Amino acid sequence: MAGNIRATQARQRANFVIFLGPAILLLFLFYVAPVIVNIFIAFTDMGSDLKWTEISTENFERMARKDRILTHTVIPVTFFFVLGTLAVFNVTFGLILALVTTSVQARSGAFFRAIWLLPRMSPSVVYALLWAWVITPTDYGLLNQVANGLFGLPLTDLMGNNPVFLIILVNGFIGASLGMIILTSAIRSIPEHLFHAARVDGAGGWSIVRHITLPAIRWPLSFITVYQTLSLLVSFEYIWLVTDGGPFYDTTVYALYVYKRAFFDGQYGYGAAMALVLVIVGIVVALMLWRFLDMQRLMQEPRIEVN
Amino acid sequence: MARVELNNVRKAWGETVAVDDLTLTIEHGELVSILGPSGCGKSTILLMLAGIYAPTEGELRFDGQVVNEVEAKDRNVGIVFQSYALYPHMSVRQNIMFPMRFKQVPANEASRLVEEAADLVRVGDLLERRPSQLSGGQQQRVALARALVKEPQLLLLDEPLSNLDATLRMTMRSEIKSLQAKLGITTILVTHDQLEATTMADRIVCMKAGRIEQVGTPDDLYSRPSSLFVAGFIGAPPINLLPGKAVDGKLNVNDFSLTCEGAAAGDVTVGIRPERISFAEGGIPGTIDQTEPMGRETLYVVSCPLGSIRVLEAGSKAHRRIGEAVAISFDPSDTLVYDSRTEALLGDVRARAPS
Repeated sequence: MAGNIRATQARQRANFVIFLGPAILLLFLFYVAPVIVNIFIAFTDMGSDLKWTEISTENFERMARKDRILTHTVIPVTFFFVLGTLAVFNVTFGLILALVTTSVQARSGAFFRAIWLLPRMSPSVVYALLWAWVITPTDYGLLNQVANGLFGLPLTDLMGNNPVFLIILVNGFIGASLGMIILTSAIRSIPEHLFHAARVDGAGGWSIVRHITLPAIRWPLSFITVYQTLSLLVSFEYIWLVTDGGPFYDTTVYALYVYKRAFFDGQYGYGAAMALVLVIVGIVVALMLWRFLDMQRLMQEPRIEVN
Repeated sequence: MARVELNNVRKAWGETVAVDDLTLTIEHGELVSILGPSGCGKSTILLMLAGIYAPTEGELRFDGQVVNEVEAKDRNVGIVFQSYALYPHMSVRQNIMFPMRFKQVPANEASRLVEEAADLVRVGDLLERRPSQLSGGQQQRVALARALVKEPQLLLLDEPLSNLDATLRMTMRSEIKSLQAKLGITTILVTHDQLEATTMADRIVCMKAGRIEQVGTPDDLYSRPSSLFVAGFIGAPPINLLPGKAVDGKLNVNDFSLTCEGAAAGDVTVGIRPERISFAEGGIPGTIDQTEPMGRETLYVVSCPLGSIRVLEAGSKAHRRIGEAVAISFDPSDTLVYDSRTEALLGDVRARAPS
């Protein structure tokens, strides 16, 4: 008996190594190790020649006191960008898309979802190029053709006048589809009988959404909020391609600013310090949302089912 | 309480026809059961009456008023689903209160009605629980209270007992029946369980593949099933159905000839209920193949020239052994003869064993 138990324990240890080992190794190599290296670099004055002369908290002082672009432009822009994209597109509009495409005929629902997936499926450079054509400030731009040609509105220059609004649009048109897909499958998994029962009980469309659908998809909705917050905080790909952070620094979000300082200006030490702050902010935000949205319960067991 | 009429109702999804040319009237306060195998269209009828599906053709009338175009929320019907469909994030009280939200009823009046409905089905002390904290039987009662709280003119029950265990099912059967009698509410019970239908319903509508096979009292359907399908569907253990041929006043089943009383010709099927066959000296000879003690009765399978025949005999003990030689007989008035092609009952035809 004792031998058996020992053999089982050995097997469990072996399984642990076989199944979790590779993932742990990769996680260590590509996440934990770079973070540790990053922490070190953050306290140096390393430049693009990878040499450093002193270890100090100079980089952090610079961030807090001397870098007016960071504190007066980049951080507010990041705040409005993340909040705006999240509130308007990635959560709200994703939810609306999911609600609408599940309540119309199955075929047209799938068609509209496919349309909203297109931006996500197209290469980011192509997508950015399309936006460049849309917002061209002359009367050749698609936006101006419609606004000016069709409705007689004056020519607009979205990039020049409303750059933050523009980057919210660009990211939101892509971001909405993730929420749409996850919430669609969540809505689909609500037993049909609940909707039938609610209709017989006298509920109209809006009451059904409010009293049946929304409570049932509360957990996926939390997940989307947390996940998208974190991914928007670190994303800059589309902004870089469409506006390159401009005009001036008006659309330079935090992650893009880090990238530019580190790799364009060769200030590795300063970039690492700012990146470290982003990592800390990300962890803090994740933990806060985890706490407030009760993500722990979401992870433990499926929450979109009944009973 | 409503009188419900369905006139030539048809429901199809593209090529698939769920219900076809269905005409049926349900009287005030009647408990009618729609009985049939799964996929026969019985739940579709219920969902059409509830207003979830619109009929493709035909009309639905409540008390003479056509309701085809009336939305589910305005029909004032109550429904209990097989899965109970309780709202998982609401307490029992909120579940039962839900239909009252959409009625112009003052708040204190509404909560009084909720408590009344809960007491009626004896869940009055569970009001603060969540559905997930209730047993199947309790959930079922809550679903019933939610259906009844708004005093509907029609109560629809979709397989309400099939998720309960056998003992609870029997209790709920009689509870629902007495509740229905007490409230006098027109009720339609959809089920695939013949026992549920025969024990609860005033009338049974037996359906097959979207069409009505027979409408009648439980006794009508049991003693005079009008088609082979109904004969085979109702009764446990099932009726003996013996395919044969009617020629010159004889009914030839396998190699055996029965006397045909009445006019029949061509392929026929002779039906005899197992309990209508008895062991008697001088009957058709055979041997016992199988014995199945069923409690109050014992079922024997007898191999004889007619084929394999089920015989039900009173008494809990199997007196006869496998392989024992026996003789069986039956009364011609207990035989049902069907035209094998049309599957219709030949009402005045009987089969008599030669003596």
